[in-house]
Amino acid sequence: MRTRSGHAKLVLTYAILCLLTFASLYPALWIVLSSFKAGNSLYSDTFIPREATLVHYEDLFERTMYLRWFLNTFKVAACSTVIGTFLLLIASYAISRFRFAGRKTTLKAFLVLQMFPGFMAMIAIFVMLNAIGLLNSHLALILVYSSGSVIANVFVAKGFFDTIPRSLEDAARIDGASHMKVFLALIVPLSKPMLTYASLMIFNGAFVDFIFADLILRTEEQRTLAVGLYRMVSQRNSTEFTLFAAGAVLVAVPVTLLFLFLQRYLVEGLTAGATKG
Amino acid sequence: MKKPAVAAVLSVVFIGFGQAYNRQWIKGILFAAFGAAGLYLFVFELFDLLRGLTTLGTQPSGFVKTGKLTKMVEGDHSIFMMIKGLVALVVALLFVFFYVLNVRDAYLVAKASAQGTAPRRFGQSLAMLGQKHFAYLVLLPPLVAIAFLTVLPLVFSVLIAFTNYADPILPPAKLVDWVGFANFAKMLSLKQWSYTFGGILRWTVVWAILATATTYVGGILVAVLIQQPRVRFKKFWRTALMIPFAIPNMVSLLVMRNMFNNQFGPINQYLRKLGLEGPPWLTDPFWAKVTVVLANMWMGIPITMILAVGVLTTIPRDLYEAAEVDGAGSYQRLRSITMPMVLFATAPILIMQFAGNINNFNVIYLLTNGEPVNVRYQFAGDTDLLVTWLYKLALNQSQFSFASVIGIFIFLIVGSLSVWSYTRTRSYREEDMIQ
Repeated sequence: MRTRSGHAKLVLTYAILCLLTFASLYPALWIVLSSFKAGNSLYSDTFIPREATLVHYEDLFERTMYLRWFLNTFKVAACSTVIGTFLLLIASYAISRFRFAGRKTTLKAFLVLQMFPGFMAMIAIFVMLNAIGLLNSHLALILVYSSGSVIANVFVAKGFFDTIPRSLEDAARIDGASHMKVFLALIVPLSKPMLTYASLMIFNGAFVDFIFADLILRTEEQRTLAVGLYRMVSQRNSTEFTLFAAGAVLVAVPVTLLFLFLQRYLVEGLTAGATKG
Repeated sequence: MKKPAVAAVLSVVFIGFGQAYNRQWIKGILFAAFGAAGLYLFVFELFDLLRGLTTLGTQPSGFVKTGKLTKMVEGDHSIFMMIKGLVALVVALLFVFFYVLNVRDAYLVAKASAQGTAPRRFGQSLAMLGQKHFAYLVLLPPLVAIAFLTVLPLVFSVLIAFTNYADPILPPAKLVDWVGFANFAKMLSLKQWSYTFGGILRWTVVWAILATATTYVGGILVAVLIQQPRVRFKKFWRTALMIPFAIPNMVSLLVMRNMFNNQFGPINQYLRKLGLEGPPWLTDPFWAKVTVVLANMWMGIPITMILAVGVLTTIPRDLYEAAEVDGAGSYQRLRSITMPMVLFATAPILIMQFAGNINNFNVIYLLTNGEPVNVRYQFAGDTDLLVTWLYKLALNQSQFSFASVIGIFIFLIVGSLSVWSYTRTRSYREEDMIQ
């Protein structure tokens, strides 16, 4: 009796899991299949298209500046990741390790800054960039993303450094290593998991942001993928749905793969961020 | 023999003099040069800019008659003046800060030398910078970036709330003025604003509660389901259910907007095949709210699931075994062991997620864009949150001052929540207890 009810429960569990998996994968599957569908309408009478075509992907490269946008996005995201991760690393290390005057104030200031809606500052940044002639430049985006990423991730990073035993550094210092040496030779290699997590987050943030980018980038040549995709939907929504589908697939694929490959770090980082506050 | 008081007074007279008195020549000259540059800047540049910050311009643009011709004369641009004034204020404050430090330095060095410690040579001072003040040295680049790219713009936005910078008062055609708390008063008492504000605030709170609760409970249940000892291929299920988290949510939301399309979207199409007429997902006020909550569950459950799986693996196995021996069924085990343990470990995130959902811009903006439009609202729709309303007010309607007022309200809500929860976390209270 017991085993039979246990058996039924297991079957039920698997059934629910299959259903959930289907729900998780359905949107992705649907958009991929739609991107191969002939014609350009949203409506389709079969789930799997009757005839597959690559024409929408070709259109994407021929009729829009997709390649250009992709390179722009990659440039902005990569630079923001490098600069942002660097700034984050030194800031959080200093805050975690040194007891200097004004430390608690700095921490509190970061906390307060996190709580403003991110784009409340947008108009001011827009006016400032306009004043110094940096509007429509990728440099402006990179600067904004990098400085924003410090604030967004500083608590996760600081929490991580808090868990590295201080005795390690003390030992190195007794051997005569300077602060800089300790930092470069000991701390940086040790913080690889955190750095991976943080840079993934920063890269992703820069890759998919369409709010700031849309505001700052004024011309089509300068646009990033996210902006291009968003415009495509808001302007040609139902008329060229399949073109949008192809675009969406190409934007999502790199980030999704990156996330899945770096899953382990992601899980570690998320858990650390959550439990260490 | 150096007198500390003399050194301090000399430094007050002019930056660097005290250092020279202490026979720190290079440092003294560098400081003095910096001081001279600062003074020049202050007198010839900063002063005007700072005054501009208080007046926000006096000369409106307009037509001026010169002889027989009238020509357009460009007046003061209040907003540029405000930003430049703010930058000037920051620079001036930094300068004052340096001035105070310089006096302190002269005093301390002279005091040390009076007690027999020779003043440091310039090379030694530089080395000190790398050793004793390492933290400041390293913090400088990130802090400068944050000061100019985050803090300054935020201060600007907050100040905007106290001006009348809203359509139709837009520079350069018109001058903006300080109005004190008038915008706050309007937001709360003027019927057209307060009705919208109240309605949107209510939905924002309801949304934050629903969004947090559904993803939290859902995530934990999924985690419990996967982590049952008898379930096989755990890694496969976890990865499969993590997919929604891996797809950039901007893309998945735009995709869902099409999926939920009333007429042509696949969801209603399937329902029609089953003989049901699907609800108007995105166009009916009630169903649009249901849709955003559903979409948010799809994206948010994986995150809670990952966290909950982490907690579940740390619960000792023998607890369950003991419970089983005592005859507890699986429901009882879930209620008396799993839930309390998970809740305890994840309570801080619950509050952070709640705060995050109040600011959850993407879901609303990309899925419904705040629509369906509510005609009784001021520039807003039924699913608009405070943040999306803020965005529309600023970017589409040029109601900058009201947008800033809303931003300040959001800050107050989220701020009090986060401070309350953060000061309760272990890492804040027992910070130096590890090691």
